[in-house]
Amino acid sequence: MKTLPSVDVVIIGGGWTGLLMAKELGSRTALSVVVLERGGPRKTDDYGDDMDELDYTIRFRMMQDVSQETVTLRHDSSQRALPLRQHGSFLPGSGVGGAGEHWSAVCPRFLPDCFEVLSRTTEKYGSKRLPEDHAIQDWGVTYDELEPHYTRADLLLGISGKAGNIRGQQIEGGNIFEGWRSAEYPTPPTKIPYFSSIFAEAAKSLGYHPYPVPAATTSRAYTNPDGISRPGCTYCGYCETFGCMIGAKSQPTNTLLPVIQKHKNVSIRTGAWVRRIVHDASENKGSARGVIYSDANGQEVFQPAELIFLASWTLNNTRLLLLSGIGKAYDPATRKGSLGRNLTHQVAFSAVTAFFEKPLNRFMGSGASGIMLSDLDGDLFDHSKHPFLRGGALSARSARSLPISECGAVPKSVKSTWGSEWKKAALHYYDRTGRIGFSGEHLAYQDNYMDLDPVYKDHFGDPLLRLTLDWRENERKMADYMTTKAMELAREMGAKEVNPFSGLRSYDATRYQSSHVQGGAIMGSSPESSVVNPYLQHWQLSNLFVLGASSFPQNASANPTPTILALTYRTADAIVDRYLKNPAALA
Amino acid sequence: MRRREFLTLSAASIGGVLVYSLDREVFRLSAQTNQSVRIPLRFFTQSEALFVAAAASRIFPSDETGPGAREAGVAVYIDRQLAGPWGRDRYRYTEGPFEGNAPAEFGYQGKATPQQIYRQGLKGLKGFDRLKAEEQDDTLKQIETTLFFSLLRQNTIEGMFCDPMHGGNIDMVGWQLIGFPGPRMSNYDDVDKHFGEAFRPKPASLRQVTRRKVRPGEDLE
Ligand SMILES: Cc1cc2nc3c(=O)[nH]c(=O)nc-3n(C[C@H](O)[C@H](O)[C@H](O)COP(=O)(O)OP(=O)(O)OC[C@H]3O[C@@H](n4cnc5c(N)ncnc54)[C@H](O)[C@@H]3O)c2cc1C
Ligand code: SF4
Repeated sequence: MKTLPSVDVVIIGGGWTGLLMAKELGSRTALSVVVLERGGPRKTDDYGDDMDELDYTIRFRMMQDVSQETVTLRHDSSQRALPLRQHGSFLPGSGVGGAGEHWSAVCPRFLPDCFEVLSRTTEKYGSKRLPEDHAIQDWGVTYDELEPHYTRADLLLGISGKAGNIRGQQIEGGNIFEGWRSAEYPTPPTKIPYFSSIFAEAAKSLGYHPYPVPAATTSRAYTNPDGISRPGCTYCGYCETFGCMIGAKSQPTNTLLPVIQKHKNVSIRTGAWVRRIVHDASENKGSARGVIYSDANGQEVFQPAELIFLASWTLNNTRLLLLSGIGKAYDPATRKGSLGRNLTHQVAFSAVTAFFEKPLNRFMGSGASGIMLSDLDGDLFDHSKHPFLRGGALSARSARSLPISECGAVPKSVKSTWGSEWKKAALHYYDRTGRIGFSGEHLAYQDNYMDLDPVYKDHFGDPLLRLTLDWRENERKMADYMTTKAMELAREMGAKEVNPFSGLRSYDATRYQSSHVQGGAIMGSSPESSVVNPYLQHWQLSNLFVLGASSFPQNASANPTPTILALTYRTADAIVDRYLKNPAALA
Repeated sequence: MRRREFLTLSAASIGGVLVYSLDREVFRLSAQTNQSVRIPLRFFTQSEALFVAAAASRIFPSDETGPGAREAGVAVYIDRQLAGPWGRDRYRYTEGPFEGNAPAEFGYQGKATPQQIYRQGLKGLKGFDRLKAEEQDDTLKQIETTLFFSLLRQNTIEGMFCDPMHGGNIDMVGWQLIGFPGPRMSNYDDVDKHFGEAFRPKPASLRQVTRRKVRPGEDLE
């Protein structure tokens, strides 16, 4: 093994969180910073000719190479887990920018009570209302504490939208249910395509409060506080699973990389696959000493460092801690150990597929352009009459109507799936089909967790991460209820026929739901029940910080990235203002 | 080395027809010729290619609603995909042990690659191209629930609607059928207009739009 000269900071993973931390440390300190990214380099020009559905959407050009590394899945602890042999229910990224390159850029904030779901729910409904096997926890940080950091994230990305609550003042047209914001969105809402606009009308007439989806597919040219300028979105429609060819969609490579490249103290090493974090840990104290990675030529390298950030997304954050023997692995039988617990996956599905009389011109739109409503989110409606807790958002986004993926969906009344009758219907409905999506909260449960698989290995021979994950009655009943509501909306929109969601049964690894998987290295108020403190600092190794959605104790309904970025900003402040002066526990 | 295999198609069946659909109305624009084209095959034998072409055109037929798999060159598309990294399972996790009877929610768990699934599946379609249409449909109905058929169906849709650089969707015949314009750099001026009416810009392929020689995934590695 080759040992390199020590550096001040190593960041594992070059996606949204890793590069945001690199930018902050590069701009605000003189520390030497090395980002280790397993995938290759990327830049906006690479996306000049990526508008090919087959290679990018169907064959997953930008995602993690599953032949090298995947995860295994089982529905409960009694089963033998099987490897996910091809991409399915979520899509991990790889390469500089991570999943932040091919994301959809839907950017809502979490509702304030999401950070305190346990205490708020118990207060209102009593602890008996919680599912017996729940593992819900408060985060240890509140919305009010995070608000300034959310605002920084909004400004960084130039998020387009309409505020519904500025410092407590409700504003019609925005999301009147959202937590307070200190300012209006940096850019106005995106244009609203036809399908989304008829959803808005229908929602209003049913008494809901629809609003434009907060979008980092920016509505007009924008220059952020770092001086980075991006053009406005052209609604080309090649958004999710693609990089943006003009840099209108905020991505780490167009928003963070240009700033990082100005700082000589930060470098990014691609092809650097981190295998272990080296540490000398006793029971409760110790420190990380550096990382071992395999470089692009397969050579093992030891990179010593004073301060380490783990930023390799939810699953690999958890896996690298497990592989490195950092912290105590969670045991669902005894509920001891905190590493790997509280695995959640946003409850996301097309609640209804609606077939219309008129063409929708759905090739035009962006990953985030559209309309959503939050009337049925969180605890915004009284749950005492419902057989489930919490909720989520219904939305009509105008994104992703590419023909290989979408042509072939036909109303239930068409019985065939191939041949002339099906073809006729498929051609007719291709551009007359719209989906109302639901994205909802997933509560944490004692038996949904991650550990190392005893059988299956990655291409280095290291154990794969094993997910033990299934839905419970709370999610199933919530899904049924939301499907009914979406059906009402679709009918109000004038749909001729509607195919409802078939319901949540067992966790289906073949249906893409969202890439919003969280937990494993959760934050909290004590080392017994969490892996990191509310500054994302590891409880045992005070020079190790774990960034990203691995820190979420449970899932909120909204998409995670603004919250992930806000938490990363908050950690960066704590490092620069406090930790560097006194490298010790921050909480 | 295996003998070079070719698929011979008449020009009339591939690209001799140009069809524009302004919201599903089909116009035949160009005259047909009698010339034939010999396309070198990368994976299939000639007879396999004929079986696949025939089966794909029952899945996505050429009929009164417009052209189908035959005109789009679906068999050529599938041949290239199978010969490329996807056909060899370059992107799938293929470490054992394999669990044959896994529930559907775990996705395909088998060992066979797409190449092997096709080769095996096509053994059951011997002489398929010479059957009558109804007989072909009956044969396909018998294999409807097999993995081979679901791959064939999925690949047929891909071959209908992929960018033409992949060998299918010749002359953008599939895109014209459904009114999809292909990659357009900007819809800025139109995205919030044309409400309730079909807006159908003339299709253009990725290479036409970008003027770059884009390399399709099947030609990599
Ligand atoms: C298709 C898709 C659509 C999405 N849409 C939205 C959306 O609309 N809104 C939203 O809020 N979020 C969305 N997301 C999620 C969003 O992309 C993530 O929340 C965000 O990218 C997470 O940032 P991260 O830094 O934690 O991980 P990433 O951005 O994924 O970065 C992690 C990086 O770590 C690298 N890495 C992993 N393991 C190692 C290792 N061992 N050694 C070295 N490097 C390693 C990876 O290669 C990767 O580059 C979407 C995701 C996908 C896939
Ligand atoms: S839809 Fe807009 S943001 Fe998305 S890729 Fe196209 S131009 Fe970029």
